[in-house]
Amino acid sequence: MPTIVVEVMPKAELLDPAGKAVAGALHRLGHETIRDVRIGKRFELHVDGEVTDELLATVEQLAADMLSNGVIEDVVSIHVADLAQAEAAQ
Amino acid sequence: MRVGVVTFPGSLDDRDALRAVRLAGAEPVALWHGEHDLRGVDAIVLPGGFSYGDYLRCGAIAARSPIMAEVIDAANSGMPVLGICNGFQILVEAHLLPGGLIRNDHGDFIRRDQRLRVESTDSAWTNGFEVGQEITIPLKNGEGGFIADEATLDRLEGDGLVAFRYLDVNPNGSLRDIAGLRNERGNVVGLMPHPEHAVEPGFGPDTSLAMRSGVDGLTFFTSVLSATLASA
Repeated sequence: MPTIVVEVMPKAELLDPAGKAVAGALHRLGHETIRDVRIGKRFELHVDGEVTDELLATVEQLAADMLSNGVIEDVVSIHVADLAQAEAAQ
Repeated sequence: MRVGVVTFPGSLDDRDALRAVRLAGAEPVALWHGEHDLRGVDAIVLPGGFSYGDYLRCGAIAARSPIMAEVIDAANSGMPVLGICNGFQILVEAHLLPGGLIRNDHGDFIRRDQRLRVESTDSAWTNGFEVGQEITIPLKNGEGGFIADEATLDRLEGDGLVAFRYLDVNPNGSLRDIAGLRNERGNVVGLMPHPEHAVEPGFGPDTSLAMRSGVDGLTFFTSVLSATLASA
């Protein structure tokens, strides 16, 4: 079953309190070189049948309209997961 | 006058909102998220809570529930709609109000009796206040930081669409201390603090007169009564 991956990040100019808390913890653990952490979302959409251009266009629309909120987030990537690579990794 | 309160999966303050409507002298009507039926109400409250566990984004899934098609149509034809806390987040996700609400800048959930300044009385839910009036109602949220780009913020200020501003402290990092907004027409209002928790002596915030005697929230609900009677 093909998988379409949509990745969404909080806008760069916005404060990301969750990322900031993780960065603080990493600094306490001695990882001073990790300056900043930002936390985003990864959606994996498992779809029936072929991934057509039409389906990708629909996903693009959904990513903009529902999976992200353009006021606070950016869709940074939409791609079809490489199944051969995923299986080899398992 | 009938005022509907929509219950979504994860709503918490729907019962309090229904009670506030009754105490203001209107007939409360329970509405259900999964139906396409507004049951002939004259105004609608989207209550606080954690609809769908705040999954995806606060209010995002509720904003796309069946009844919201009717709520959006009604709002666009001028019916008064009030969004409280999660209801405000739902209004923003439904694009009935601009901007967005993100996690509090300090990272903690906060609950306090919050002083606010009324900035606009040109709305169905604030006409009973005076401009500049200071009120105290409870605030309780984890993701109440209001944000928008500079151009939108300037437009909101310029058009007088900021309905409430935080006083004393900014509890969540909201830009320009914005606690609540109204739309251009004045029928849609959204805010993070909870007017429905300050409507009955004995159960509201403390005042200088007596413990728990604050009822500043009641004016939201009496305002909509007079707004609807005036337009009838």
